[in-house]
Amino acid sequence: MTAAQTLVQGRAESRTRDVRARRSPLQQALRVIRRLPVWILVAMLLVIVLYPQLWVVLGSFKSQTEFLSNPTWALPQGWDFSNYVQAFTRGNVAVNYRNSLLVTIPSVALILFLGVAAGYALEIMVWRGRNATLLLILGGIMVPGQMILVPLFTTYFHFGITDTPWPMIITYTVMGIPLTTFLMAAYFRTVPREIFEAVTVDGCGPLRAFFLIGMPLMRNAILTVALVQFFSVWNDLLIALTFTTKPSLATIQVGLLSLNDEYGSTQYGPLFAAISINIVVLGIIFLFLNKKIMAGLAAGSLKG
Amino acid sequence: MKRVFGDRKTIIILLAPTLVIYVLLKLVPVLWSLGLSFFEGNTLRGFEFVGISNFTKFFSDPAAMQSLWVSVIFAVLATAGQIVLGYLLALLYVFVLRKGSAFVRTAVFFPMVLPTVAVALLFRSLVSVGSNQGPVNAVINVFGGHSIEFLASTVGTMGVALAMTYWSSMGFYAVLLYTGLLDIPDEIIESARLDGANGVRLVRHIVIPLSLPILISSIIFSFNSTLKVFDSLLALNNGGPGTSTSPLTLYMYRTAFEYSQYGYGSTIALVLTLLCLVFTLAVFRSSTRKADA
Repeated sequence: MTAAQTLVQGRAESRTRDVRARRSPLQQALRVIRRLPVWILVAMLLVIVLYPQLWVVLGSFKSQTEFLSNPTWALPQGWDFSNYVQAFTRGNVAVNYRNSLLVTIPSVALILFLGVAAGYALEIMVWRGRNATLLLILGGIMVPGQMILVPLFTTYFHFGITDTPWPMIITYTVMGIPLTTFLMAAYFRTVPREIFEAVTVDGCGPLRAFFLIGMPLMRNAILTVALVQFFSVWNDLLIALTFTTKPSLATIQVGLLSLNDEYGSTQYGPLFAAISINIVVLGIIFLFLNKKIMAGLAAGSLKG
Repeated sequence: MKRVFGDRKTIIILLAPTLVIYVLLKLVPVLWSLGLSFFEGNTLRGFEFVGISNFTKFFSDPAAMQSLWVSVIFAVLATAGQIVLGYLLALLYVFVLRKGSAFVRTAVFFPMVLPTVAVALLFRSLVSVGSNQGPVNAVINVFGGHSIEFLASTVGTMGVALAMTYWSSMGFYAVLLYTGLLDIPDEIIESARLDGANGVRLVRHIVIPLSLPILISSIIFSFNSTLKVFDSLLALNNGGPGTSTSPLTLYMYRTAFEYSQYGYGSTIALVLTLLCLVFTLAVFRSSTRKADA
C-alpha cells in the first residue's frame, strides 16, 4: 500500500469516526431498525439450534403422565431425577459410559503415540522413500471402515478376543492412524528444522530430540488431534455395533440404540435422560475447549 | 547433519510400530476384502470361489440398487444443503456480524460434537406423533395443519434425516468456509465495492471465485462423509419404513453380519469405496479444469 493510499484511507476513517461521534438519536434509531432483520434472523437461527437441546433436557425431568397429558413445550413440574435413576439402573447407562471410556482412552492414547512418532519419522528424519510411505498412509484416509470390517472380524474371531473390548480398541487405532500421522507430519513441517539441528549439534541423538524437543513443541497440536480423535471414537456407531458381541460390551452409542428399542415408544423419560447426559457432558467439554475443537475438526477435514 | 537425521535405528523405532499395524490391519484387510468379493460364504461355512457373480448379483439385486440409490440421493442432497447453509452462515459471520460473530459461531457449531445416534433419537422425538406428540407437529397444529407421521413414509424419513444432518453439521461447514472467507484480502472486497459491486453481485463475482478452493475441498469432504451415512438412518428409523431408507453401509452391515454373507458384503463395501474414489477424482478434475480455463 502506498503512502497516498494510506493517507486517503486514514482520512476516510477519521471522517467516519467524526460522523459516528456526532450521530443524532434519530440516526441511531434508524441504525437499530436497519439491523433489526439481522437480529431476527440470528434469533431464529439460535432458536432452531438451541431449542431442541433445551427441550430434550427439560423433558428428561418430566414424569410419564406429564409426557402424556401436558403439551410438549410445557416446563417440567419439578426437578425429578427418577428418569436418570432409571436410565442408570435399568438402562445400563453407567456400564455404557464405563465401556466407552475403556475403549476411547486407550484408542486415543495409542493413536496419538503412534501417529506423533510416525509423523516425526516421516517429516523430521531424512530418508529415501519417506514421501512414498506418507502417501501410502494417506491413502488409508479414503478407505471406508466397511472395507476392512469383515477381515478384521474374522481375525479377531480366530484369535478368540471377540468377547473383549480389544477388537474395538485395535480397530479404532487402525482407523485413526492415517489422519493423525498426516496431521502430525504437517505440524512438524511448520517447525523450523534449525531447532532440531541445533539440539543435535549439542550431541543429542535424533531419538532423544524427539522426546525432548519434538513432543513438547507439539503439545498444542497433540491436544488438537486428540480432540478430533476423541470425538470420532466416542461418537462412532459402526465399529462399536460390529464388535459388540454381548450387551456388557456396549458403548454409549450402542446403549442408546438398545435403550430406544426397549423404551423408545412406551416410556419416554429414560431415553430423554440418556440423550440429555450426552448433551450436558459434551456441552461442558465444549464450553472449555470450543476454540481447540473447532480448529481441530476444521483442520482434520481440510487436510484429509 | 544428514547422517544424524538419517539414523536407521531411530526411524525404525519411531515408524515401525505404526507401519506394521497399518499394513497388517489396514492394507492386508483391504486386499483380503477385495479377494473376498470373489467368494461366497463365511468363516463357519467355508468359502467357495464364485468369480464375478457377486458383482452381477449386486447389479441385479433390487435391495442393493435401492440402497445404492438411497446413499447417492442422501449424499447429494446432504452435501448440497450443508454447503449452501454453511456458506450462507459463513457470509453472515464475515459480512454482517463481523467481529460479534464468535458466540453465534460457537453455538451453531456445538451440535456437530454430539453423537449422531443421540441427535437421531432427538429428532425422532421432535417429529413424533400420537400421545406424546413432539414440538414439530405441535407447531403444525398451531397453524391449523394435521399432525404428520414423518417416519411412516420414505420421503418423510429422508426429510427428517436430511434436516438432522443440516442441523448438526451446518455450523461445522460454516466455520470451515468462514476461515476461507477470512483469507480474502479486505482490499479486494473494498475495491470491488468502490467499483459498484454490492450484495449478491459482490458475492457471485468476487467472493465465490476467491473462496473456490475451500469450497471444493468442503464439497469433497462432505460428499465423502455423507456417502458413508450409517448412524443417522439406522438410529432414526432403522432404515425404514421397511428397508426403503437403508443406505449401502447398512445393507453391507446386514449382509455381512446379520446374514453372514461375507463375500457379498465385501462386494458391497468395494462398490462404496469405488464410489467415494470416483466422485473425489471427478470433482477434483472438474475443479482443476475450471481453474485452468
